[in-house]
Amino acid sequence: MTVADPESRREADLLPSQAVPLLRVEGLRVAFPSAQGRTEAVRGVSFTIAAGEILALVGESGSGKSVTARALVGLVGPRAQVDAGAMTIAAHDGRVVDLLHLTSSAWRMVRGREIGFVLQDALVSLDPLRTVGREIAEPILAHNLLPKSLVAAEVKVLLARAGIPDPEVRAAQYPHELSGGLRQRALIASALAARPRLLIADEPTTALDVTVQQQVLSVFAELARAGHGVLLITHDLAVAAQVTDRIAVMQDGRIVEAGPARQVLTMPGHAYTRRLLAAVPSAATRGHWLAATGNPPVRETVAIDQRPLLEVDDISVSFRRPDGSPLNALAGVSLVVRPGETLGIAGESGSGKTTLGKVALALQPPDRGEVRLEGGPWSKLAESARRPLRWRIQTIVQDPFSSFDPRYTVERIIEQPLRLRGDLDGGARRRRVAELIDLVSLSPELLARRPGTLSGGQRQRVSIAQALASEPKLLVCDEPVSSLDVTTQAQVLDLLVMLQGRLRLAMLFISHDLGVIQHVSHRIAVMEDGRIVEAGTVDEVFNNPQRPSTRRLLGAVPRLPGR
Amino acid sequence: MHGSVRNLVRWGLRHLGVILAVLWGAATIAFVALKLIPGDPVSILTGGENIVDEAERAVLIQQYGLDQPLAVQYAHYLGNALIGNFGRSYQYRQPVIDVILEAAVPTLQLASSAILLALCVAVANALATAGRRRVLRTVLSGFELALLSSPVYWIGIVLLALFSFQLHWFPVTGNDGVAALVLPVIALSLPLAALLGQVLRDGLEEALSQPFALTVRARGVSETALRIRHGLRHAALAVSTLTGTLLAGILSGSILTETVFGRSGIGQITLQAIKTRDMPLVLGLVMMSALVFAVINLLVDAVYLVIDPRLRRTTA
Amino acid sequence: MSGDERTLASPSRAGLSGNGQRHPWRAPGLLFPLAFVLLLAVAMCAPEWFTVLAPDTVDTDAILLPPGAGHWFGTDELGRDLFSRVIYGTSQSLTIGIGATTIACLGGISLGTAASLAPSLLRQLLVRLIDILLAFPELLLALLVIAVLGRGPVNTLLAVGLSNIAGYARLVRSQVLQVKLSGYVEHAVALGEHPWTIVIGHIVPNTIRPLMILATIGVGTSVLAASALSFLGLGVVPPAPEWGALLADGRNFLEIAPWLSLLPATVVAVSVISITLLGRRLQVLLAKGDTP
Repeated sequence: MTVADPESRREADLLPSQAVPLLRVEGLRVAFPSAQGRTEAVRGVSFTIAAGEILALVGESGSGKSVTARALVGLVGPRAQVDAGAMTIAAHDGRVVDLLHLTSSAWRMVRGREIGFVLQDALVSLDPLRTVGREIAEPILAHNLLPKSLVAAEVKVLLARAGIPDPEVRAAQYPHELSGGLRQRALIASALAARPRLLIADEPTTALDVTVQQQVLSVFAELARAGHGVLLITHDLAVAAQVTDRIAVMQDGRIVEAGPARQVLTMPGHAYTRRLLAAVPSAATRGHWLAATGNPPVRETVAIDQRPLLEVDDISVSFRRPDGSPLNALAGVSLVVRPGETLGIAGESGSGKTTLGKVALALQPPDRGEVRLEGGPWSKLAESARRPLRWRIQTIVQDPFSSFDPRYTVERIIEQPLRLRGDLDGGARRRRVAELIDLVSLSPELLARRPGTLSGGQRQRVSIAQALASEPKLLVCDEPVSSLDVTTQAQVLDLLVMLQGRLRLAMLFISHDLGVIQHVSHRIAVMEDGRIVEAGTVDEVFNNPQRPSTRRLLGAVPRLPGR
Repeated sequence: MHGSVRNLVRWGLRHLGVILAVLWGAATIAFVALKLIPGDPVSILTGGENIVDEAERAVLIQQYGLDQPLAVQYAHYLGNALIGNFGRSYQYRQPVIDVILEAAVPTLQLASSAILLALCVAVANALATAGRRRVLRTVLSGFELALLSSPVYWIGIVLLALFSFQLHWFPVTGNDGVAALVLPVIALSLPLAALLGQVLRDGLEEALSQPFALTVRARGVSETALRIRHGLRHAALAVSTLTGTLLAGILSGSILTETVFGRSGIGQITLQAIKTRDMPLVLGLVMMSALVFAVINLLVDAVYLVIDPRLRRTTA
Repeated sequence: MSGDERTLASPSRAGLSGNGQRHPWRAPGLLFPLAFVLLLAVAMCAPEWFTVLAPDTVDTDAILLPPGAGHWFGTDELGRDLFSRVIYGTSQSLTIGIGATTIACLGGISLGTAASLAPSLLRQLLVRLIDILLAFPELLLALLVIAVLGRGPVNTLLAVGLSNIAGYARLVRSQVLQVKLSGYVEHAVALGEHPWTIVIGHIVPNTIRPLMILATIGVGTSVLAASALSFLGLGVVPPAPEWGALLADGRNFLEIAPWLSLLPATVVAVSVISITLLGRRLQVLLAKGDTP
C-alpha cells in the first residue's frame, strides 16, 4: 500500500480535529410515501465523524443504514422527506455547509467535492461503457478543479495512489477488464478524485473475495490515517471490527448502540447487538445455536458412521472459454462424505466449488474419474438408470428463487418431489407437505403463496422443505446462506444443524464464508484453482494450516475480537 | 492486441457468412415462389397478359432455360443472381436491376429523411421524459401507443387531408422539391419516432436506475450530463434488438406512404409489379430487400461493437 | 409486430414501461378496451344488432352525405351507408386478423420449438431458416404470397399469417432457450424428473403463456397488415367492406368527403389500440408474483 498522501494530510491539518467535526448529524429522519401513508426508514439518527476517523454503521437489511448514507448526499429519491435537527459538513474553505434543504445546484457542489460515495460491486457501480480513466476524470471536470490538459496526468496519479499498478494502461481499460479488487480500488479512486474529505462507503467489500477484501479495507485505513473521515456502511460486524474506530448499530431506523469499536464488540449493551454478535458463525460458535431459540445450548454431536456415503474419486472437469482456451474447473479432486457428517468446502470464487457440487449431483459429467454413491456407481450410470436413485441426493442453492418454476405456489414446490414417487395419492401428499412445512418452522398459511411474495429466509426454508421431501441421505448446499442477513442466516444454519441431528442427514456444504464453514462442518476441504489444497477436521485445518495459501486465506478473514 | 484482431476477423467472416446465407435463402425463396405460380411459365415471365409469338417464346425458353431440369434452372438462377442479372422487366422493358436502382433514389430520399427526423424526435423525447413526471409520461405513452396502432397510411391521409386539401400548404402529389417531401417524411417518421422513443425512453430509465447512475450523481454531475454522457449510450444498446423491426417498418412504411402521396419509388414499382404479375421484377425486389437488410444489420452490429466494449471479447 | 417482440423477450418488461414494479402500468383503465373489444366481438357475430341498413344498398339519391341523423357515418359515392359498411367490415377484418394470427402462432410454435429442441444438425438448419425469413419485411413476404396466390380474403389471411411465422418462431425459440437455461429446469433434473415431464410440465407452460399474450396483441397487428394490403389494392377486393378497402375507396374523395377515409381509419386505430391495451394489461396481471 502507498504511503500516506501528504497533500490530503495538509488539507486535514487545516481542520482542528476534534473541535469541529467533519460531519455532524442530529435527529435525521427519512420517510417515504407508501400504500399505508408514510413509512419511516430512518427515525432520528445522530452521529458525528471527525477527520481521520472511521465510523461503521452496522445493521441488517431494512435497518435504514443505506438510506442514511444516501440522505447525506441527497440521493434518496424525489419522493423522500428528509428532516433533521442538524446535518452539516465542514467544507474545504472552512465554512460549515448545512446539508438540509439544499437546492440541486448546491448539492452538485457538495457531492464529489466535499463528500465522496462508494458503492459495492464496481462492475455495476462504474459505467461499463466508459473507460476507467474517464470515470475517474469525471468529478475533476465536473468541479472544474483542473484545466483539461492536466486532467489525464492527475488521473494517473490517483490510480497510482489507490494502489493500482500500470496506471497508464489501466486508465484506458474498461471496468470489466480489471480484476475485482482493482475495480473496487478504481471506484474508490473516482470517489476521491475531487478531494472530498468525507468518504461514504456502502458495503464496499461485499462482492469481493476475502483476500481482496482485506486489501480494500486497508485502503480505508490508509485514508483515515491521511486525514479523511470515513463512514463505512456494512452488515458484517467482523468487517467493521477490522478497520473502524467507532461502531453504531442500527435497527429499524434507529441507532440502538454506539461507541468505540472494541467496546461495542466485546461488551455490547443493547439486546439487539448481543443477538447480532451471537449470530455470527465462527469456530467459537460450533456446538452452539446461533439464534437463541430456547433450545438446549449445545447441539448433540452426531455419531458418525464410517462407511462412505459419497465418494469422489480423482475427478477432473474442464470447460472451453469463449476464446477457445481450456478452463480447468476441477483437477484430480478426491473426497469422501460419510453419513451424518458435514463436509465443508471452502475456497474463493473460481476455485471450483460450485462445479464440484454439480459433479456430486451428477448434473455435470466429469471428464475423468468417478463419483460413487453408497458404494454403487453414480457418475457412470446412464441418466435413465440414475433418475430413480436421485432422491438420495438433493440440493439447496444460494438463490432458491431460481430453482422454482415461476408459476408454482409454495405447496406445489414442496410437493414436486412427492409427485415423482407415484405411490402417494393426493391426500397422502398433502399430509406430507404439512409435515415438511412444519419441519422447517414455516406457517401453513404460506402454502398458497407464490415464492415472489416471501422473504429471503422463508424462500430458503421452502427450498429446504422441498429438498427433504424425498428423504435424501445427502444434501448438497451451495452457498445457501450467502444472500441472507446475519440473523436470518443464523436461523437457517440452526435449522440445518437441527435437521442433520434429527434426520442423520449428511451435507456437502459449499461456502466462501470461512466462519460459516467453521461453524457448521465436521471436516473441511479447502479448494484453490480446481484442486483440494488442504483437508482434515475443522480443528486440524484452521489451527494448523499446512500450506501458505491456506494461511493467507485464514489470515485475511476478518475476525470479531475474542474469537 | 493480437487476440482482438483475430476476434475481429472471425466476427467479420461470420457476418459475411450470414449475409451470404440470407441472400442464398432469399434467392431460393424467390425461385420457389416463381415455380409455385400455376400456369404457363412463359406467360408468367411476360406478365400473363401479353401475347407472345412463337419466336419470342423460343427466345425466352432458351434465355431462362425453361426446358431444362429444375436443378439446372435453379443453378442458372443462382448464378445470374450473383452477377446481378435478374432478367428483364416485361413492364418497363428494361433490366430489372436498372428499374430497381432508378426507383430506389426517391425512396432513399424519403426513407433517410424520415429516419433522421425520427431519431431526432425520439432522442429528444426520451431525454426529456425519462423518469420525469408521471402525467407527462402517461400522456406521451398514450400518444405513442396511438401512433403505433394506427395504420401508417392513415397518418398520411390525415396529413394530406388537413395540410394539403384544407390548408393548401403543401402540394398534393409530386416528387419534386423539398415541399413535396415534407408531408410524406412526417407521415413515415411518426410511427418510427413512436417506437424508437418508447424503446429509448425505457432504455434510458433502465440505465438511470442502475448503480452506476448513483455513482455519477454522487460525483456532482448534473442530471442532464448524466443522461447525455452516460444514459444515451446504454439506451442505444436497448434499440439493438429492434433493428429488424425498424427496417421492416421503414420499408413497408415507404411503400404505403408513397402510395398515399402518389410519389414514385420502390413502393410504386412493387405494387405495379405485383398487379401486373411482372415476376422478374418482383423477384428482383425480394433479393434487393434481403441484401439491404443483411448489409444494414452488419453495419448496425459493427456500431454496437463500438458502443459496448464488453462485446469485444478480448482476453482480459 | 412492432415493439411487441421485445415485450416477449423479457416478460418483466411489461407494458410500455420498464420493470412493472417501478412504474406500475397506468392503463387508462381496463374497462374501456375490454368493453370495446367485446363490442367488436358482438359486431363480428351479429352485425344486424347494430344497423338495420345493408352494407351494399346503393342509393343514388344519397350520395356523399356527411355524417348525420339517418347515416351515422355518412354515405359513400354510391350512396351506401358507411356505418353499416364499417360494421359488416368488422367481421371481415377481425376474421382475417384472428385467422392470420392463429396460422402464424401455430407455424411459429412448431418451427420455434423444433429449432430449439431438435437434434443438433436439424436445429442449426432451422435456426438459419428462421434467420433468413426474418431478413424480409413482413409486408414484402405477404406481397410475395399475394403475387403467387392472387388477391381475395382467404389469400390475404394466408399472406399475413405466413409472413408472421418467422417472428413468432424467433420469439418461441428465445423463450424456450431462456427456460431451458433457467435454474428450475436444471433443478428439476436434480429432483429426478423425466425429460418429458420437464418439457410438458415446465418448458411448454412457461413458454406458451407469454406467447398467448403476444398473440392477443398480434391480432391487432394482423388487422393492420391486412388492411394495409387491402389499401394497396392487393388484399380484399371491393365491394367487400373490409376496413382497409374502405380506406382505399375513400382516398379518392379526400377533398370533398374526408369522413369516408377518416372514420373507418379511426375505427381501425381504436380497435387495434383496445386489443393491444388488453393484451398488455393481461401480461402485467399474469406477471404478478413472478418476481420478488
